[in-house]
Amino acid sequence: MTLETMRHTEQTAEEMAEGGRLRRKKKLTNLAIDIFLLSVSVLMLLPLVFLVANAFKTPAEMLAWPPTIVPGEPTLDNFKAVLSETPLLRWIGNSIAFAVMSTIAIVATSAIAGYVFGKFRFATMNVLFALFLATAIVPFEVYMIPLYFQAKSLGILNSVWGLLLGYLVMSFGIFLIRQNVIHSIPDELLEAARIDGAGEFWIFFRIVLPLLRGALGALAVLAFFQAWTAFAWPMIVTTTRSSYTIEVGLALFQTGFTVDLGRLSAASATVLIPSILLFVILRRNFVQGVASTGLKE
Amino acid sequence: MLKRKRFFFAILAILPTLAIFAYVRLYPIADTLRLSLFQWNILSKNKPFIGLANFRELMGDHLFLDALINTTIIAFGVLVLTIPMAMIIAAMLFHRTRSRMAGFYETAVFIPHVVSLVPAAMAWKWIFDARLGPLNALLDFIGIPMQNWLFDPVLSVICIIVLCSWQALGYAVLIYLVGFKNLPVSLYEAAKLDGASGPQSFWHLSIPMLKPITLYVSVVTLVSGFNVYAQAFVLASDAQGAPGRQVRVLVLDMLENSFRNYRVGYAASEAVVLLVIVLGLTLIQFSMLRERGKS
Repeated sequence: MTLETMRHTEQTAEEMAEGGRLRRKKKLTNLAIDIFLLSVSVLMLLPLVFLVANAFKTPAEMLAWPPTIVPGEPTLDNFKAVLSETPLLRWIGNSIAFAVMSTIAIVATSAIAGYVFGKFRFATMNVLFALFLATAIVPFEVYMIPLYFQAKSLGILNSVWGLLLGYLVMSFGIFLIRQNVIHSIPDELLEAARIDGAGEFWIFFRIVLPLLRGALGALAVLAFFQAWTAFAWPMIVTTTRSSYTIEVGLALFQTGFTVDLGRLSAASATVLIPSILLFVILRRNFVQGVASTGLKE
Repeated sequence: MLKRKRFFFAILAILPTLAIFAYVRLYPIADTLRLSLFQWNILSKNKPFIGLANFRELMGDHLFLDALINTTIIAFGVLVLTIPMAMIIAAMLFHRTRSRMAGFYETAVFIPHVVSLVPAAMAWKWIFDARLGPLNALLDFIGIPMQNWLFDPVLSVICIIVLCSWQALGYAVLIYLVGFKNLPVSLYEAAKLDGASGPQSFWHLSIPMLKPITLYVSVVTLVSGFNVYAQAFVLASDAQGAPGRQVRVLVLDMLENSFRNYRVGYAASEAVVLLVIVLGLTLIQFSMLRERGKS
């Protein structure tokens, strides 16, 4: 009995020494990983940090080596120049209008279609859902030329309506909402409401929509950034300077030879800073939405 | 009776979405396929049916082939850079999930994926700039000859690959992170008890078990690589300042044929080639997943 106890205590002492060694090793590993992740993060952010810094620099300082992160004598000249030379605010306004309208359209169509496909399992609906899914893999670039001619015949080129035409529905959004409807809205709840005499529209607006708030929020953030960063479609739909989105405006502004880097950086920074702030605020929603794109299989 | 009423509601509710979907998605896709078989110059009234003649012409069109090769190199280049890096970064991030810095790391890696393409490309244009850019200044500083990054035919493709990878990395890391969170913890504990080190279990457990995620991320990365346009437009202006002409990519070639040369049918046949590539990649993904399910 005593022998038994002794061996036991011996083991614990050894284990404790071993544990201490392991803990120290673990601490070192964690430190190494932190250093690695920190340098990756800094490298990822550095181009954007320099871009914003350059916006406040004088032409002379822009050429300095090593490049400075905090401008020595910050100036707003670049911003003033770019705002007087280009309708930058107009372009930002166009982009915001386009992104907000696209978000509303995508959230509305996805909410309705996702609910119907999730809870009304008629054969017809299943066929329609398969159709939505099958076209999801076709990249937008494949069919944007015929869509351009449709916009042209509707007479909505060079307007926010023309931009919107390409971004009214999102197959992935319908899929995402359908998954959420299936997993988070019990049939019993809907049946109970029906027995109480609730109409289908009342059920959708008063029961289903409130329960989908989280998923719709994530989808809204995805849809907004999708439209905000759209490039190829706005490039062909808008051809007048006043109808450009910010992406198109900047891309065409930078092709001129006389444009200097300071002004380009100032214009870019004007766009970047609000969208990065928006992203940081909405990060949780965004990550939830993007993460669910990987759950297809 | 009740069932019919519900069916009626379902149809009524889906109808507006379905109509929009048919008009902005199904019809233009069908139209692309149809137009690819016609010769249509926007200016001329008649549109003769010419069968596969557009495709036959594409096979001998050196501008198109140039674009196809460039685009393929860019897509696979981004893949090769992004996937291993994303896997390692995600593994490290997963390891440090509970650290106070985890949110910062995640945000930092993900920001390049969400910021607007053009301003981000502008930052890299400055970095690569031969006269003003910090990259050449750095090379000069450590005694390596400066390069004409954006105008050299090989280097300019590499520049685009770097920019696209920088943007694609965040998405891949995020999807891998979801993958790591779904792996069974017990397996790693068992491996640890058997004396496996961290890198060992990463190599022998994580990589094989994440294969479905790797397939998915690879296909998404390749597909978006084949659709590259904005990055080349901004970064690869030629010596005359014409955007995107230094490194010709598929989407640019397609848009030029359609809106500069007014050959819409011909551009549609290029779009069909793009579609076939994307469908092919997706099919490979599905068949590899199924194979895995069988074994």
